[in-house]
Amino acid sequence: MDLRLSGAEATAEERAAVDALLDPLLGPREADDRAGPDSGHEARGHRHLLLPALHAVSDAVGTLTEGALNHVATRLSVPPADAYGVATFYAMFTVEPRAPRVVHVCDDVACGAAGGEALAGRLTAELGPEGTGADACWVRSPCLGLCERAPAVMFQLAGEPDFSHAPAVPDDVVAAARASSVVAGAATAVEADAAFADPGVSVPQTRAPRGERLRLLRRIGTVDPESLDDYRAHGGYDALRRAVDLGATRVIAELKDSSLTGRGGAAFPTGVKWDGVAAAPARPHYLVCNADESEPGTFKDRVLMEHDPFGLVEAMTIAGWVTGCERGYLYVRGEYPLATRRLAGAIEEARRRGYLGDDVMGEGFTFDIELRRGAGAYICGEETALLNSIEGFRGEPRNKPPFPSVSGLFGKPTVINNVETLYNVLQVLDVGGPAFASIGGERSTGTKLFCVSGAVAVPGVYEVDFGTTLRELLTLAGGLRGELRTILLGGAAGGFVMPDQLDVVLTLEGAREIGATLGSGVVLAFDTDADLTAILRRIAAFFRDESCGQCVPCRVGTVRQEEALARLERGAPLGSRDTELALLDDLARVMRDASICGLGQTAPAALQSALSLNLLSTPPDPSTNGHRKVTTT
Amino acid sequence: MTTTPVMLGDIKRVVTVTVDGREVRVPEGSTILQALHAEGTPQQADTPTLCWAPNLDPINACRACVVEVEGSRVLVPSCARKVEDDMEVRTDTDKVRHSRRMVLELLASSVDMSQASADVARWMSEYGVDADRYGPPAPPAQAGERDRRHAGHHHAPDGSHAETVAQPVKIDNDLYVRDYSRCILCYKCVNACGTDAQFTFAIAAAGRGFDARIATEFDAELPDSACVYCGNCIGVCPTGALKSVREHDLRAGDDWHPEEETVTTTVCSFCGVGCNLELHVQQGSIVNVTSPADHSVTHGHLCVKGRFGFQHVQNL
Repeated sequence: MDLRLSGAEATAEERAAVDALLDPLLGPREADDRAGPDSGHEARGHRHLLLPALHAVSDAVGTLTEGALNHVATRLSVPPADAYGVATFYAMFTVEPRAPRVVHVCDDVACGAAGGEALAGRLTAELGPEGTGADACWVRSPCLGLCERAPAVMFQLAGEPDFSHAPAVPDDVVAAARASSVVAGAATAVEADAAFADPGVSVPQTRAPRGERLRLLRRIGTVDPESLDDYRAHGGYDALRRAVDLGATRVIAELKDSSLTGRGGAAFPTGVKWDGVAAAPARPHYLVCNADESEPGTFKDRVLMEHDPFGLVEAMTIAGWVTGCERGYLYVRGEYPLATRRLAGAIEEARRRGYLGDDVMGEGFTFDIELRRGAGAYICGEETALLNSIEGFRGEPRNKPPFPSVSGLFGKPTVINNVETLYNVLQVLDVGGPAFASIGGERSTGTKLFCVSGAVAVPGVYEVDFGTTLRELLTLAGGLRGELRTILLGGAAGGFVMPDQLDVVLTLEGAREIGATLGSGVVLAFDTDADLTAILRRIAAFFRDESCGQCVPCRVGTVRQEEALARLERGAPLGSRDTELALLDDLARVMRDASICGLGQTAPAALQSALSLNLLSTPPDPSTNGHRKVTTT
Repeated sequence: MTTTPVMLGDIKRVVTVTVDGREVRVPEGSTILQALHAEGTPQQADTPTLCWAPNLDPINACRACVVEVEGSRVLVPSCARKVEDDMEVRTDTDKVRHSRRMVLELLASSVDMSQASADVARWMSEYGVDADRYGPPAPPAQAGERDRRHAGHHHAPDGSHAETVAQPVKIDNDLYVRDYSRCILCYKCVNACGTDAQFTFAIAAAGRGFDARIATEFDAELPDSACVYCGNCIGVCPTGALKSVREHDLRAGDDWHPEEETVTTTVCSFCGVGCNLELHVQQGSIVNVTSPADHSVTHGHLCVKGRFGFQHVQNL
């Protein structure tokens, strides 16, 4: 295949950014790379470096220009149309000129009403309308995973490291966007990261008196996330040692005994998954850790990775060893700059100290981790979309079967685990399968992390035993602020729980009994002042934005769903309100039944839940003059 | 006496599946759709398809061909799902009919389907599609506007109009037009341009969600792209989004007469490969050239000469 490129040339800066990434991996190029691409077959084998190469350009100069894309296409022998298709798939990239300093303002379900919208208004006044401005601009963002510190922003700066800022102080955000002055805690990534140092803010259970039962969170706040020695002093690498002593077969047996199920939402038994890949005849095997935590209202994985990054490195090493993988890919969402820095540091340190590499811990096996950054695409949390994203294709889900355990990354048997699941593996090896299974029951064993935010006194990540009730969890979070209207359980792909259902037992089975789902562990409380219609509009807009566009039910269905909701909100139905409800139901059915992946299948879930619970007050009650106070019937 | 070896092809096990309660036997490795085509009743064989074509790998994007399979929570695409022993398939349940209707309806509400095949029009009618119930269509986008939309961002609608993909036709070369108001994003053209036939990779899906579109890099005009004008994208387009300039002009001049069209099969004279050509003739003049999808040489795909080099035939 010959590449045909336009005449656009990369600038020296763009070229340097790409070559700095690719030269160590591919070897430097001859002086004149316009002469033609690298020898095709070999270069095409490096297509999986496309996303990192696009990141390199974006990090350095902000915009993915035609010249830069040509250079990337040449070096990786990727057709420019393909590279463009990938570049335009991700929200954090831009192929149109954009200011080099971008503020991503979270206006999602947790942040929007908690200052996000106010911040958007302030930035419009200061920097201009969304997306405009020569030096600095602001854009709306889906959930940034900082819900316990709402409102949140993320700075994406050309030539400087990205960083987050939450709770965002409007004056500081404006100042940092303009870089007009050094503002305490916001001006640089180092200072910004330091603002996240206190674990008590994200994990209130680590505050004195420290929760005694913490397992998954046990090292949070006690271990130095940048020190391998400190990690070892806190029991780090005991689990890997135990795994090696037990042998792979016994580890899988322990996992099966533990009844540990995947925490990513599908709740597939982890032991069965690992067994399948370990036994798969095709080689090599690959491990993928899904750290693309993007479900609105979810931030548990971020907190684990920021405060206990070595735990994930160790757990991945165990998974790799047990399932026969020599390489693991850790795919962390692009909106998590601090977690990315912590993980990169931990991987580097583990490699330097022989905990990753050709002879892990002197035990004679090979395992290494490659850190990959997402670039703003919720769909890449879907496991097969994630695989495509790693391989350098658009993050569109694959048809299943074949399942990844048979044909996954690069067509090879692949084990994909969520972050929280992997931390649970450490716990299983610590206490043993049967002891792990003694907490909770059925498919819900062990402890579970919940992301509690919204109208509660103390938002944060909470670890509770499976079997805890929602009421107990809310009490743990300091109780409610104001009068409870409803709780969004499980995230945008979940559903609503009413005040009379607070005694629901938080297990997979208990949630299902009331027609709800635990999803990613989101518990987002709304008080009676909350504008639920706005929340539902945001959720509908979210799915419309995040649909990959591959299949018709989701691509068009999410658009029609948002339109119908808008009509209901305005009290201007086509036909009657009942016609619109029937239309929404028709849309929900086709999305649920015929979409390719879980995104489309769950896109109508929250709206349908709200409608069935009569949470959508339309037409607006005239007595409230269209204002936010919603009267309960 | 010498024996002549006979090519038998792969020997395949036969798999038994139940379709709407009736057992059928098909070779292992067949898709459900192949089973319906080969062994189904006329009604089962008439499964709606849009992104499927006999000469392309299953794309599995449109979801028009979904069926129920026992044990599966969601519907499965019959075009891509392979048959398994004891599989129970149902093709005529409420769930199946609802999803097929909605897929066709959602497309009809957002895309100009008026030049899709007669089968598509018939399916829309038989499944009871009512595209008007989403409101009046929104005004068309300006030229290039849809190509500049940013992933993850859109303007909140008020619901008074149904958003569509309507936009001006792209005419930037002498051979074919790209009328993306008619594009259902079935990916057939992308795959024909890429790994299924031509390996040219001039076009790809770009953008995301409803704003996804088929595009060259930076929306470059075709003469500036890698396009080699083989026209295989036209050959597989199911909705008339991609068509020859000649057909486009004739339609625009109200001089398009499909009811009078005759098709003559011949062999291409440009080189020695021996591609079968089907000359589509209206009013004594060649309007399009195609090749049969089941032809052993072309598999339905041609090159620029075979597909567009017919003018000399008429220079008599």
